[in-house]
Amino acid sequence: MRDVAVVAFAQTTHTGHDAGLTEPELIGPLINDIRARSGLRTFGFTCSGSCDYLAGAPFSFVSALDAIGAWPPISESHVEMDAAWALYEAWVRLQHGDIDSALVYGFGKSSQGDLREIMTLQLDPYYLAPLGLDQVSFAALQAAALAADRTTLDEIVRRSRAAGRANPHALDLPEPMAGEFEVEPLMPYDIAPITDGAAAVVLAAGDLAGELCERPAWISGIAHRIEPHYLGMRDLARSVSTADAGRVAGSGKGRLDVAELHTQFSHEEPILRAALDLGADTIVNPSGGPLAANPVMATGLIRIGEAAARILDGSAGRTLGHATSGPCLQHNLVTVMEAR
Amino acid sequence: MSNRCAVIGVGQTKYQTRRLDVSIAGLVREAALRALQDAGLTFADIDAVVIGKAPDLFEGVMMPEAYLADALGAAGKPMMRVHTAGSVGGSTALVGASLIQGGVHERVLVVAFEKQSESNATWALSTHVPFSASLVVGAGGYFAPHIREYMRRTGAPGHIGTLVAVKDRLNALKNPYAHLRIPGIDRKTVEATPMLWEPIRYLETCPSSDGACAMVLSSEAAVTGTPAWVHGTAMRSEPIFRAGRDTVSPQAGKDCAADVYRQAGITDPRGELDVAEVYVPFSWYEPMWLENLGFAADGEGWKLTESGATALDGDIPWNASGGVLSANPIGASGLIRFAEAALQVRGRAGEHQVDGARRALGHAYGGGAQFFAMWIVGSEKP
Repeated sequence: MRDVAVVAFAQTTHTGHDAGLTEPELIGPLINDIRARSGLRTFGFTCSGSCDYLAGAPFSFVSALDAIGAWPPISESHVEMDAAWALYEAWVRLQHGDIDSALVYGFGKSSQGDLREIMTLQLDPYYLAPLGLDQVSFAALQAAALAADRTTLDEIVRRSRAAGRANPHALDLPEPMAGEFEVEPLMPYDIAPITDGAAAVVLAAGDLAGELCERPAWISGIAHRIEPHYLGMRDLARSVSTADAGRVAGSGKGRLDVAELHTQFSHEEPILRAALDLGADTIVNPSGGPLAANPVMATGLIRIGEAAARILDGSAGRTLGHATSGPCLQHNLVTVMEAR
Repeated sequence: MSNRCAVIGVGQTKYQTRRLDVSIAGLVREAALRALQDAGLTFADIDAVVIGKAPDLFEGVMMPEAYLADALGAAGKPMMRVHTAGSVGGSTALVGASLIQGGVHERVLVVAFEKQSESNATWALSTHVPFSASLVVGAGGYFAPHIREYMRRTGAPGHIGTLVAVKDRLNALKNPYAHLRIPGIDRKTVEATPMLWEPIRYLETCPSSDGACAMVLSSEAAVTGTPAWVHGTAMRSEPIFRAGRDTVSPQAGKDCAADVYRQAGITDPRGELDVAEVYVPFSWYEPMWLENLGFAADGEGWKLTESGATALDGDIPWNASGGVLSANPIGASGLIRFAEAALQVRGRAGEHQVDGARRALGHAYGGGAQFFAMWIVGSEKP
């Protein structure tokens, strides 16, 4: 495959409430930021990820094009998925060899609706959605299947929130406090917070990557896999698709300094750690991860961006970014990056 | 250079107002199985699945790829969901082709669908994002002023749209998958229908259809059966609100066409292409796109339509299948254009086959005439 690297990453200062910005207003400054960081004004390909249901209107990505200033007209596409999959589409496009750069971005304002109910609409519309099972309830089924230890989950949340408080882009969330279950066995703090935000990544291929930055985060492997939709078809305590994607992406071929995991619930961390066979020497979610900031549709891209940022800044040599989609980790994408 | 890619299987459902006999999963699976059968393959031969559809609000299923993974045999494989407004069907084909051209996979299944009977598209298109005004007009109300501006600029006579409405429906009579089949349709039939959005009459607009379309795409090494080779692919987008944007003949459409022609080595599209499947949801978009795509000089598109050049027996047939005017499962409509182009160069278009078609254009557009996806396919290797 052609060598492609993350050369720049930018994200908004995420908020836990609606800050009054429209999506284009959220994206405009971000795109200026990533242009400045990458040194590129225009890109061979542009791809974004977003979800109409967060805005409650069709074509929520259309106005984003106005924000990025798509003039003269650009070669551009969009996935109705987390922007991590937009990055995957851009990586594939760069494999053609005729262009050398790509802009990827994702955005979401989950403060505008009831995410828990909106996610119900992702289920089979005939047999599952009418049951009214909401996102936290089906996550709780998975947590129950895992029979995760409460102390372990509390520690994951404590660590994630502390890291988030040290990350200027993430939310300032307090230490988890004893209380009642949200949906047993999940406590309210086991759930990633409602967050508004956006993120952008620039990919560059071949020589251009080296020209644009000192230490590109070379993508040594990237792959994704989906599993059956019905929860009853899967062993919820394991993530087979993450393990498969990790194997194809070569995650086990060397020591991983950092893994940024798309954990929308605390119990997903042990499942993903096991699937990726992460050792004790791999630092998980040093950014705080989704439990400290979860701008839906950008969260997965941020995992790749944060993992790349550790290489760009010289603090890590080999990192992993993970993204997920669908109920109970149905669909998983693994990106492995390294310095050279 | 990128790897060669070919279409080796096409599957379509019969487009109709309501498919009450199948679920959404049943609908997409029907198209997918037909495409696999055409290629002589099964789901086991597929490396990845790409699915496209128009806004999720249409059926009220958010990110339906999660639910449709099982029906499309995607479990254990990579699956992507594309959404680029009305052009999404075309973009879905291009994302699938990209996976082959980039050397990532050998065989990719691409599927697009809409089940409009489970929705109200005009409602779904008329809601608006917070803090912005809703026009509450649907697509026809949005595009009618652009058509009126085209008529003003070119002096095109008022009956041109009627001619397209008749021509495409006559073609549809030769396509067993077409939704609207109106035997004996003529200008009087169209002119007798109510005016919806001046100058668009009822029969000058597309129907609301349930339907799905699928294609199996293959690398050169994995070809089975009769291939349609991909000679060029291009996408272009431009902002919806930009002062000075020409919404009648958008720059993105011109640039996209120039890109795809360059890749295919085409300098005279009317002379060098044998057939074109172009996204014409309102009759007047035929003359408008004839100009935008370089088949006619500026202001001359309507004359080409009037001359009969774009009819099935003309020198450059447009929408031999009956086009979007005869079947419109919105998210699939672009993919149907791309698939019909492939059927033509594979010699498998049945009664609406253009004799000896060797090179064909597939075209889709969407949003406020701002998203474009195109490909050129040929019977010979590029």
